[in-house]
Amino acid sequence: MNLTLYIWRQKGPDKKGGLQQFKAENISPEMSFLEMLDVVNEQLIKIGQEPIAFDHDCREGICGMCSQVINGVPHGPQERTTVCQLHMRHFKHGDSIYIEPWRARAFPVIKDLIVDRSALDRIIQAGGYISVHTGGVPDANAVLISKKSADTAMDASECIGCGACVAACPNGSAMLFTAAKITHLAMLPQGKIEAARRVCVMTEAMMREGFGNCTNHYECQAACPKDIRVSFIARLNREFIKAQLKDTG
Amino acid sequence: MLIKNTVGKKIIMAITGQMLVLFIVIHMIGNSAIYVGGLNAYADRVHALPLLVWIFRLVMLMIFSLHIMIGIELYLENRKAKPEGYAVKQDLRATFASKNMLWTGLLTGAFLVYHLLHFTFQVINPEIAALRIHDAAGRPDVSGMVLQSFQNPAVSSVYIFAVIMLSLHLSHGIQSSFQTLGISNERTLPGIIKTGSVAALVLFLGYVSIPLLIFIGVMKG
Amino acid sequence: MLLDGKCPSGPLSEKWDRHRRELKLVSPANKRKYTIIVVGTGLAGASAAATLGELGYNVEAFCYQDSPRRGHSIAAQGGINAAKNYPNDGDSIFRLFHDTIKGGDFRAREANVYRLAMLSNNIIDQCVAQGVPFARDYAGYLDNRSFGGAQVSRTFYARGQTGQQLLLGAYAALMRQVKTGTVRLHPRSEMLDVVVIDGEAKGITVRDMVNGHVGSYAGDAVCLCTGGYANVFYLSTNAMGSNVTAAYRAYKKGAFFANPCYTQIHPTCIPVSGGHQSKLTLMSESLRNDGRVWVPKRKGDKRASHEISNEERDYFLERKYPGFGNLAPRDIASRSAKEACDEGRGIGTSGFGVYLDFEDAIKRLGENVIRERYGNLFEMYERITGEDAYRQPMRIYPAPHYTMGGLWVDYNLESNVRGLFVLGEANFSDHGANRLGASALMQGLADGYFVIPYTIAGYLARTQPGSAAAVHPEFKKSKEDINSLTKKLLSINGKKTVSDFHRELGRIMWDNVGMARSEEGLKRALELIPELRAEFWQNVRVPGGGDDVNQELEKAGRVADFLEVGELMARDALHRRESCGGHFRVEHQMPDGEARRDDENFCYVAAWEFRGGNKEPEMHKEPLVFENVELAVRSYK
Repeated sequence: MNLTLYIWRQKGPDKKGGLQQFKAENISPEMSFLEMLDVVNEQLIKIGQEPIAFDHDCREGICGMCSQVINGVPHGPQERTTVCQLHMRHFKHGDSIYIEPWRARAFPVIKDLIVDRSALDRIIQAGGYISVHTGGVPDANAVLISKKSADTAMDASECIGCGACVAACPNGSAMLFTAAKITHLAMLPQGKIEAARRVCVMTEAMMREGFGNCTNHYECQAACPKDIRVSFIARLNREFIKAQLKDTG
Repeated sequence: MLIKNTVGKKIIMAITGQMLVLFIVIHMIGNSAIYVGGLNAYADRVHALPLLVWIFRLVMLMIFSLHIMIGIELYLENRKAKPEGYAVKQDLRATFASKNMLWTGLLTGAFLVYHLLHFTFQVINPEIAALRIHDAAGRPDVSGMVLQSFQNPAVSSVYIFAVIMLSLHLSHGIQSSFQTLGISNERTLPGIIKTGSVAALVLFLGYVSIPLLIFIGVMKG
Repeated sequence: MLLDGKCPSGPLSEKWDRHRRELKLVSPANKRKYTIIVVGTGLAGASAAATLGELGYNVEAFCYQDSPRRGHSIAAQGGINAAKNYPNDGDSIFRLFHDTIKGGDFRAREANVYRLAMLSNNIIDQCVAQGVPFARDYAGYLDNRSFGGAQVSRTFYARGQTGQQLLLGAYAALMRQVKTGTVRLHPRSEMLDVVVIDGEAKGITVRDMVNGHVGSYAGDAVCLCTGGYANVFYLSTNAMGSNVTAAYRAYKKGAFFANPCYTQIHPTCIPVSGGHQSKLTLMSESLRNDGRVWVPKRKGDKRASHEISNEERDYFLERKYPGFGNLAPRDIASRSAKEACDEGRGIGTSGFGVYLDFEDAIKRLGENVIRERYGNLFEMYERITGEDAYRQPMRIYPAPHYTMGGLWVDYNLESNVRGLFVLGEANFSDHGANRLGASALMQGLADGYFVIPYTIAGYLARTQPGSAAAVHPEFKKSKEDINSLTKKLLSINGKKTVSDFHRELGRIMWDNVGMARSEEGLKRALELIPELRAEFWQNVRVPGGGDDVNQELEKAGRVADFLEVGELMARDALHRRESCGGHFRVEHQMPDGEARRDDENFCYVAAWEFRGGNKEPEMHKEPLVFENVELAVRSYK
């Protein structure tokens, strides 16, 4: 199939960018979306142009590196699928495809489709962990955890940190990302000890990084490739209220 | 501090919002006295306790101010957090209502000022003010004031438009407040979303019926 | 030269404890005076950086990804082994040790492997304490499953994302240290050289992948946790960015490269669909617990799977290895699949594929149980192939997955270059000639959490902190070398893209240095690779400049190194005239096609020393001594 692509090109962080048109020809439906871009890039290189820069790594939907808004949807039209796992069989001959980088103040563009997501790391740095030292811990079965709690913790912990929630959110909020980590740790007895402090410092870090506020559009859940649920945001809110009631100091 | 935290601000929005919803519900029930011809009696009874009325008004003013100020602050922060939009953007879950909370809210707020000047302080159309005109029982003729006002197409249009704004605001706001207060979960959220919309619809019908029925002439004195 | 692994003496089970007692310590007050450079933030790197930071050392952590949470360990699906014996099915540290040694076809060091088995239990405890949500049963206890090559259930797992969850645990620990200021993070940074001063590693040269700046970082020790080199095959299950550059440049600076030919070809990957393919996707081997592998009995049978009756199917693993059946070790399962396809019984349009069938398991356990166990894997399969594996069997084919070879290290994980430590897949030490399933995660974390914190102190205690500053002439020279390499790559301006060369190299490697190797093929590879390399330096085109994001330049540097390590692999494979584990020489097989090891002549580690671009590398041997296990024919029948 042949496609017309409109791709965001931007030379550097402080440069002006714009959409540029490309032709993708003889694309097979078996290709992944990124393989389609590989084909375009190979052609660009051969005619002496700079290829389109985009983040990608594992290409199996788990590293969270890939980050493209395709026709207005982060990670493209297929639900619960990262760009790298999106295949061209979901497009048809003659389609026009718009490809843009994640947009948010906290995610400045580095080049073309590459953005800087280190703000997410800094939210985790604020408190997205259990403060345990290496060694000196009890036997793994010493603390029992109900299957249900472990399962919910796992549901939340499946977040790949790609930032699609932020990209989709009209407010550029990182609530879903933050809520996933809060929920993961709050579900486990080991994580409960620091839960009150954690929810406060992580939400504060979120604000500091320039993310917006959650106004419950639920766009984030719809865009999330790992099906992280907005019910985790409700849990974050609960944890926050609990923290306020518990700690007035 | 609650007011400095992103979640804290939202919680204040949710609590003040829910209080306002409660007021809106009571107000609607009060309004519906007009259908059974009891509006004047209802108004009279309420105004028999002037101290309580003023305390109530002050509290409402505080709630409103808080809701509006934080609402504006959230909006400005959110706009700053998303300085650049997309050339193409598809909304998967966001709605017109959810994206325009500030505007529907501000328009409702502006209407409220008009509404207070119109029906509470009665300075806009002094010729029909219930404070001066009394009914047969000697009570302020609120009912007459309302009926006369809504026969004017401009006035009833303003009210109908305002009710639409309010209902849009509530169609997102009600469910959103439950989510913000952490009351919803995976199982209950879809129900809460639906209930919020239905509640907004009920309030819409309850409020819009009065100016509409009066204007089209179904309801006459 | 004979290499000494510096394994402690004494009984196997006491070696590590004794060694820890004897290792020197660095006093708490002095730790912050030492700077340790950690390259890579996968399981080994993140756990090492976090733990070293926690101990009080000054840590500089580097990764090429935009966040340390994205190391390719994250893609490991199946699980992590530990000798907890929670299921009470006869497991023990010794059994895990023995299975690992045997799985590695008796080409690993006893002492290392025993230590790994011992530490496996600490890892599970540590991860649970960090909040890793391992699967649990209804009583709240940890759940286990069995995994390729094991007859006990000792694998802990977190759905099909065990690697992700373990890495996020290590990443969280790392982030905690970044917050406290003991670890400084350098994402989007690629290490391009090790700086060696007077025989000791004293720093690295790094390219900032955002602004192209080439900078020097000095340290008192360098830890390479940079993963494996399976991308030498172009198509592999590794991430697109996985590369050999860090390890290879260290090799060029004097570190020995051990057993480069030992590569693991994973049996359960999704088959190649066409020439555009950029990577291969692994389906967790845990699928073999319930799936049955088969091909049609008849050659060229192109009927749809459901039209082929049970009698017409050859469940070849169950037939050839009744003891282990579909759970036979990876190398055996892979080679059997290749043989079936070579006989013309392969399935799918390409003929390079075998079925992995869940029909019986669904009948036996119900679709819900299968969905619970493998739901996300089935989903992933459907996403890529568009096929529903609940209704029709999966198609699978082997793909390069893991490289057991790597930089040579002693018992302390220190290479022959002093102060240069190598952890995880980047070293060669624990898996011998073949790695068992669910062992890679175990090794990465054991090295990072529990080995390096002790052994690095033993080295540091003997050195003066801050003895090398980045102003030393060696740093400047290294930077100049890297800058001129960049300039050279950008100036060739030839006709072929970097990927063109990589694909060609991959084809040469897969055909000649792949699952079944022959003297003839290896000699051919040794001719073809240098030719291709020469062409690369004449005819590659790298667009753009060196002072901003240039992904082609990054790739070019990596492929340049693959073009050299490929030759080293072929050389090592040619010299090893035996079959063992992931290295199968067609000249050395049993009458029934099984691998024939030659313990008499090849029971050693082959460590290669770089001697300049024009000279052949020199091989050094580290003899392998087995005092606690009997060298047996590895039989899974």
